[in-house]
Amino acid sequence: MTELARIRNFCIIAHIDHGKSTLADRFLQRTGTVAERDMREQLLDTMDLERERGITIKANAVRIDYRAGDGEIYVLNLIDTPGHVDFSYEVSRSLAAAEGALLVVDATQGIEAQTLANAYLAIESGLEIIPVVNKIDLPAAEPDLVADQIIGVIGGTRADVLRVSAKSGEGVDELLEAIVARLPAPTAVVDGPLRALVFDSYYDIYRGVVCHVRVVDGALVQDDEIRFMVTGEMVTADEIGTLSPAPRPGRRLGPGEVGYLITGIKEIDLVRVGDTVTHAGRQAEFPLAGYREPKPMVFSGLFPTEGHDFERLREALDKLRLNDSSLVYQAETSRALGFGFRCGFLGLLHMEIVRERLEREYDLDLVATAPSVEYRATLTDGSVVQVRSPQDLPELSRLATVAEPMVAVMILTPTEYVGTVMDLAQQRRGEMGKMTYLSPERVELHYRVPLAEIVFDFFDQLKSRTRGYASLDYEPSGYLEADLVKVEILLNGISVDAFSTIVHREKASTYGRAMVDRLRQLIPRQLFDVPVQAAVGTRVIARETIKAKRKDVLAKCYGGDITRKRKLLEKQKEGKRRMKMVGNVEVPQEAFVAALRIDG
Amino acid sequence: MADPRRTSPDDPVLADAAVAWRAAYVHIPFCRRRCPYCDFAVVAGDEWGGPIDRYVEAVVAEIAMELVWGPLDAVNFGGGTPTSLTARQLARVLDAVTDRFGIAPGAEISIEANPEDWDEAGWADLVALGFTRISLGVQSFDPAVLASLGRSHDPEKAAAAVTGARTAGFGSVSLDLVFGAAAEKGASWGRTVATAVGLGPDHLSGYALTVERGTELSRMVGAGLVPASDPDDQADAYELLVAAATGAGLVHYEVSNFARRGHACRYNLGTWAQGGYLAFGLGAHGHRDGLRTRNVRRIDAYLAAVEGNRRPLAGTESQDPWGREQERLMLGLRRRAGVVPGDIGRALERSEQGRRLMEAGVLGAGPDRLVMLRPLLTDEVTRAVLSLSADDC
Repeated sequence: MTELARIRNFCIIAHIDHGKSTLADRFLQRTGTVAERDMREQLLDTMDLERERGITIKANAVRIDYRAGDGEIYVLNLIDTPGHVDFSYEVSRSLAAAEGALLVVDATQGIEAQTLANAYLAIESGLEIIPVVNKIDLPAAEPDLVADQIIGVIGGTRADVLRVSAKSGEGVDELLEAIVARLPAPTAVVDGPLRALVFDSYYDIYRGVVCHVRVVDGALVQDDEIRFMVTGEMVTADEIGTLSPAPRPGRRLGPGEVGYLITGIKEIDLVRVGDTVTHAGRQAEFPLAGYREPKPMVFSGLFPTEGHDFERLREALDKLRLNDSSLVYQAETSRALGFGFRCGFLGLLHMEIVRERLEREYDLDLVATAPSVEYRATLTDGSVVQVRSPQDLPELSRLATVAEPMVAVMILTPTEYVGTVMDLAQQRRGEMGKMTYLSPERVELHYRVPLAEIVFDFFDQLKSRTRGYASLDYEPSGYLEADLVKVEILLNGISVDAFSTIVHREKASTYGRAMVDRLRQLIPRQLFDVPVQAAVGTRVIARETIKAKRKDVLAKCYGGDITRKRKLLEKQKEGKRRMKMVGNVEVPQEAFVAALRIDG
Repeated sequence: MADPRRTSPDDPVLADAAVAWRAAYVHIPFCRRRCPYCDFAVVAGDEWGGPIDRYVEAVVAEIAMELVWGPLDAVNFGGGTPTSLTARQLARVLDAVTDRFGIAPGAEISIEANPEDWDEAGWADLVALGFTRISLGVQSFDPAVLASLGRSHDPEKAAAAVTGARTAGFGSVSLDLVFGAAAEKGASWGRTVATAVGLGPDHLSGYALTVERGTELSRMVGAGLVPASDPDDQADAYELLVAAATGAGLVHYEVSNFARRGHACRYNLGTWAQGGYLAFGLGAHGHRDGLRTRNVRRIDAYLAAVEGNRRPLAGTESQDPWGREQERLMLGLRRRAGVVPGDIGRALERSEQGRRLMEAGVLGAGPDRLVMLRPLLTDEVTRAVLSLSADDC
């Protein structure tokens, strides 16, 4: 057991690509935690997908033993944080497990909104911040300018900002010294009842659920009978240890220490991030503060293109959920797409990652319906219904009001783009809040915007309008009543549930016209005229006609053509197999995919 | 037994009887130049320096390699341009066919020709050699369209060739027309059809211009130099052709073919009925009892094979019974006469796709025949046929 004064627990707050993983690798290397020959790029990112996208989905923890300049050995626990807005709750738990944070900013890019949001979060959580300007070896680096930007946010002077190149190793030793010198040691009720924070958990096929914990008070010893205070689960601490970054089993985790815990629990649901571990016998009076149920924000229907893959999709989702308790899903039937699942995600990135993993790791071919948010419909009888899919919206006659989820959005942008950013926010029904100049060149804008307006292409739009310079962060901000309607798309008079959506009344005809026009181009001509209509209730707001096909025949078929023509038609027939019938209209699978594509 | 020389071209008895006919195809690949839309095995201009006699002798040698099978009900000389051979050279090949297989009494001996090749004495010689039918590649009577198709004759020449063919003594005269070329504007097609019908041909073929892969036309369309043809415009042109031809008393007996009573093309009726046909010459395709063969398309490879006493085959395809049944419908439904449904036809009628096609009035199912009611949508039906499996029966 390490005495409290020799422990430093810290996170790294950084934007994607600003060099967090490289810096972590460098720490492991410099301190000899990982032998030179075992080094590979970005050790902390364990999933392939994370490695490819350059982001960290699940937090992770590494213990680094460091002999400091004062000759003493310190235990540095690096607690990794996810880098994306979808995972802000996970970030908050990681921060809660640490006393300090390195705020790492790319010397060529400057500070980004998510970094800023997380930095604010860290300051609010009482963490000590060490500002770091990274990538100072790059020709385009402007360390002074970026240092001033950081000071503008967190205070201090230029001298407080460390300058580092994680890539070359320059400044890394000074940074390690600063961690020891400037970050506080943990404080704890050493003899108190056990309280350990679960800040991450994942499923291992051999070991079951593995939790990452930070002991706050008391000590966790192998074979202790323990209790998870939120879920009430009582189990034995089968194995505890630290990660360097390979697991190193031990007997005991003392106050202030960080490590892993294996209990034999097989269901991820029973171990929630943010839960508190205490002893079954000598229980803590209160759990640690800050636990929140994971809450899906974005919903989408996932349907296998081949109907018989439904069971495989269910199995794949079950397996993914072992590792991701924030993923929720329930079976759903669509008239157009058959059997599938309505899935809830933390955000758009989470949705994309899940979908990509299903397609890549489970070899499924999927159609995803347009992302939706959770509306609240109040009926005329006063009852309230949660609406996660346009199909769930009650009929107009029973409907009193509909409210939509709102988010508080923070946008950081260079001043020259303020006008275009404001235009965008306004188009998306945003209500402006405060506006702060961080420096003469950089503005922080606040808006309250319906979540539904964000989940489509807001981020892409923001990026393209500001040539990539603006950044975005958001958090839930309650519900607001709005004039929302369901737009239905009818093919030959039959409503195609996969295409219907809930939008603000003012945007209904824009959506309707766009979708109808897109479908007219995507759906091949049939044997008869097919009207394509968009309707709100019984009122048609847009209409196009797919004219009947008139000619579909090869002009010549003689003795020399027979085999070749047959092969040609065989090939075209294969295309027909991938058609879904909507009433008596054949719709190619690709039309669903293309029509629902967000960037359109 | 229906006598093809007296029967209506769309007679089901005739259509079905054709399966038993024996036919031969001879390919003459030489052309002055390659037309931009053509994807046949063609040797254009001076692409090949050799004497045509060498090719003629090779074809004769290939004929000698074929097992005796006959007598033949139909012989078809196609190309390329068969009339690029002299009467002596054509006689050498036709005699070889006649000597080896025999020709049935009243058989159809057909030759393709370009209007610009017409000369009075020459064509009379063809009749004297035994050719009974001539098929003229008129394509259009609009000079702009002819130019865009790369054809060198002028419209007056085409009309003269039709009259000349009659005078020469051909018992059956056919015209080929093409619609949907980019240069075909306004009433051009209507005038072409009216002129063609006015010449009183025994047989008329009208084809939508098809952009075949690997042709100059396909490159031009790909490069955006020529617009791709619009299927609705082609449908309009097709309907105009059908109205004009049938109005003049021609019987619409296959998707793209019209004929007077007694003038259905027997060689083609045979192929649509899955009949047998021998094949000689460059790139020629043959069929016997479910075995389809094709010859090599390069003239040097063809000559090397035949002169080395080998069959010049590029490949063969042997069909299983189910594949033959699918093909029987694919080919047979192109005819107005339709097909005897059999198990596969009944399976089509029961299938979801088949029912939709019948509801939409594309396919018609009588007690003993399955027929195409809207020939312009034939491929819809063929794909439905190809989607069936033997288990559906």
